[in-house]
Amino acid sequence: MQTQHFFIVGDPLILGADISIILVSAAIIFVLTYFKKWGWLWREWLTTVDHKKIGIMYFISALLMLFRGGVDALLMRLQLMFPNMNLLESEHYNEIFTTHGTIMILFMAMPLIFAMFNIAVPLQIGARDVAYPFLNAVSFWLFFFGALLLNLSFVIGGSPNASWWGYPPLSELTFNPGPGENFYILSIQISGIGSIATGINFLITILKMRAPGMRLMDMPLFTWSVLSSCIVIIAAFPVLTVALFLLFMDRFAGAHFFTMTHGGDPMMYVNLFWMWGHPEVYIVVLPAFGIFSEVVSVFSKKVIFGYTSMVVSLLLISVYAYFTWVHHFFTMGAGADVNTFFSISTMLIAIPTGVKVFNWLLTMYRGRIRMTEPMLWTLGFIVCFVVGGATGVMLSVAPADYQYHNSYFVVAHFHNVLIGGTVFGMFAGMTYWWPKIFGFKLNPTLGKWAFWLWNIGFYVCFMPQYALGFMGMTRRIYTYPDDMGWTPYNVVSTIGAFIMALGFVFQVWQIVYSAKRMDRDVTGDPWDGHTLEWSTTSPAPYYNFAVIPKVEGRDAFWKEKKKRSQPDYKPEKRELKPIHFPKNSGIPFIMGVCFFIAGFGLTFHWVWLGVIGLIGVAATLYARSFQYDTEYVIPVEEIKKTEAALGRDI
Amino acid sequence: MITKRRLVRLKNILMLLLLFVMTGCSKNYIVLDPKGPVGHAELRLIILSTILIAIVCVPVILLMLYIVYRYRDTPDNNAPYAPNWESSRLLEIIWWGVPIIIVAILGYHTTKGIYGLVKPPTTDKTPITIQVTSLDWKWLFQYPDQNIATVNHVRIPTGVPVQFVLTSDAPMNSFWVPQLGGQEYTMPGMAMRLWLQADHPGKYFGTGANFSGEGFAHMRFPVIAESQADFNQWVKKVKKTAPPMTQSEYEAIKNPGLIDQRTYSSYPPNSFVETLMKNGHHHTERRNENHDVPSTGTP
Repeated sequence: MQTQHFFIVGDPLILGADISIILVSAAIIFVLTYFKKWGWLWREWLTTVDHKKIGIMYFISALLMLFRGGVDALLMRLQLMFPNMNLLESEHYNEIFTTHGTIMILFMAMPLIFAMFNIAVPLQIGARDVAYPFLNAVSFWLFFFGALLLNLSFVIGGSPNASWWGYPPLSELTFNPGPGENFYILSIQISGIGSIATGINFLITILKMRAPGMRLMDMPLFTWSVLSSCIVIIAAFPVLTVALFLLFMDRFAGAHFFTMTHGGDPMMYVNLFWMWGHPEVYIVVLPAFGIFSEVVSVFSKKVIFGYTSMVVSLLLISVYAYFTWVHHFFTMGAGADVNTFFSISTMLIAIPTGVKVFNWLLTMYRGRIRMTEPMLWTLGFIVCFVVGGATGVMLSVAPADYQYHNSYFVVAHFHNVLIGGTVFGMFAGMTYWWPKIFGFKLNPTLGKWAFWLWNIGFYVCFMPQYALGFMGMTRRIYTYPDDMGWTPYNVVSTIGAFIMALGFVFQVWQIVYSAKRMDRDVTGDPWDGHTLEWSTTSPAPYYNFAVIPKVEGRDAFWKEKKKRSQPDYKPEKRELKPIHFPKNSGIPFIMGVCFFIAGFGLTFHWVWLGVIGLIGVAATLYARSFQYDTEYVIPVEEIKKTEAALGRDI
Repeated sequence: MITKRRLVRLKNILMLLLLFVMTGCSKNYIVLDPKGPVGHAELRLIILSTILIAIVCVPVILLMLYIVYRYRDTPDNNAPYAPNWESSRLLEIIWWGVPIIIVAILGYHTTKGIYGLVKPPTTDKTPITIQVTSLDWKWLFQYPDQNIATVNHVRIPTGVPVQFVLTSDAPMNSFWVPQLGGQEYTMPGMAMRLWLQADHPGKYFGTGANFSGEGFAHMRFPVIAESQADFNQWVKKVKKTAPPMTQSEYEAIKNPGLIDQRTYSSYPPNSFVETLMKNGHHHTERRNENHDVPSTGTP
């Protein structure tokens, strides 16, 4: 391979990115060296197995990916603002929309929900960590290096350009000989292993690590939503792994699973992809439902309405999720019987989802609604999601879908549910749990600016896209003629995208400003919360709870607080015991590096490098298998000292 | 308080807005302006589903706004407060019941629509068949009955059901003529059928709808619908004046790239079936209304 094909330098945009990446990396290295922070970075972050720190790392990575995917989106919107624009060429545009989709779903939405899993679940169920803290770190580093591999394609070798679906035969060697598709396949494979491990980890954590007294039907709804999401992850992600593995075999080893000739069948990939792809949507939106349930209840000063209905609908959605995948290709000639089945099954999903919306409304009904930032995001979500859900039902009507399919109507719809659902949900979660993780609240004024900019920007950007769908504009076109009447709608849509970008700027400003200016939360319970995470200090100590709480029923901490306010309340004597705690480990990070080396080698068909990487992976597994001394004991003295430093006496 | 006069004014503004949207509709909203029975059937379902979801969604959003206002957390708010109210059998039955009823209605009409569209839109006229092949990045249309071929434009007679038989000799694409009806994919090695019909003469926008690589954005083609007599006239003229398409010409067209509209007075016999076979049709022996090997003549 020639050097100019290896390092992408031809395009001024990419050259600019090259230079800025080099400058930023140099700056980071300089700062770390100058302030002698390398040891700190290694000890506190790279080797940590603490779920809270892993959550923070997921969160930071997700925000970076949101920025990267967002810049992609802005470039696309600029190119489409006017007909016959020349900002991007076809191939460059194709790479950008492919990475936009891949990053937003797999490297933004996934780590963002995992951030919330990690930050909130163990604290909510009164546990000291997840079931498998070491595996949790492995999951994170596999995600991290998977994301790094995909992002590297931008400057080395060339980005994938066959859309985030990667449908063969377009993604096969015949039509796509470059390394781009290999980057796509291998980066998703590497982070996918991590996702499956996270699914298993949190399922077991929730089933086995709950505080004494907490029955399943006492769990906070966020925990329930994570449980449902994990079930879907465990069942759906292996399908993607298999589909991408077969595609990789086609490309790497000359197999013919999905080729046009020699018995291959591209349709098989389409089915496998969406058997994962549709449940994936629920994987990322169910945790958002959970967050909204927490927020609505706390900020209406009420218990959640219809708890059982909420749990049933979560579980129903996670089961239904597997029976709707064909609605992504009603137009591929599956036949009337199949299309009817999947039309109806898709409509059925609307029922449990609708019930959830009603229950949120009834939770607010006869409550006292506090318009805090998490609550604003929740209300913004309800409106946005009702619209998105409505257009989802419209899309489920197969004959109507023949007209919507592949048009901007679909683009508007899934942004409606993914931004309105997942992204708003995670922002609600971020602002809600922020004080618990960092020890201070986010500035509400800047937050409200961010909220309104995001919301207004959203409608300005995506409502015109519904109209464009009715006007026959198809998705994934890099340019369009001026005789279709599409121009004004595209202009408005682009303006909306920039308003949302401004919202993101406000959020970054909010975080930076709040870190400097906001008061510390000394209560540990800044929102008058209902669940156990608010019973410990903010930020929580690394062992979470000095004494594992005892739980009686739902909204455990709310009830506890009521009990405490009774005049005849006598605090129970709490006895401290030494805590067994997992040791930090560098192995997950090193394993991630080895996977990265293997993935990079296989991307360029450098088998020797791939083998070196995989040997490294095997070596780290081997080393871990013979590590027996993986825990240590925190003595009572140290717990006392830590608690005292956090302002709590035992 | 909202006075009656304000309501009237609000109504007038809404009517004006509606009028504005509707007049905008007529020309550019091509999906909402069908010119044949298939498009009409699909539009009816679009309208029905919009109404049914609006019945639920509009009240929900209004209810939310009302609740947020009524139960705001201010010291002087005297609305009832019931922090432990957590279930109501009646309300929950309604919440589960209303969506179930709506899905039942919509499901019934959807099913009828799906089965209706696999049949020819009208039965009193003999249909014509047009074989469509998507290539990188152009559309090839072959008329087996007339033995003529076109590239990047297609003509059809009005009032006659047209059976498009779709395949691809390149990555997948999707064949879409919004004003005649919804789309269907073109896939290598498969022959899928799409019934469309134009009731009014005109020039309609057709496009590739599924991303197929570099030249995808340029895969547009006009569909010209004209009376049977004009159509016959056109076929005759093509037969007389246009060049034939040879095998080597087909190979040249197939090369990735963009080309203008072309017309041919003949094409290599059986070339459509050969394209199918070459791309693996014999491996996938699926036989139903959408997947059988098309004969070269009318079915």
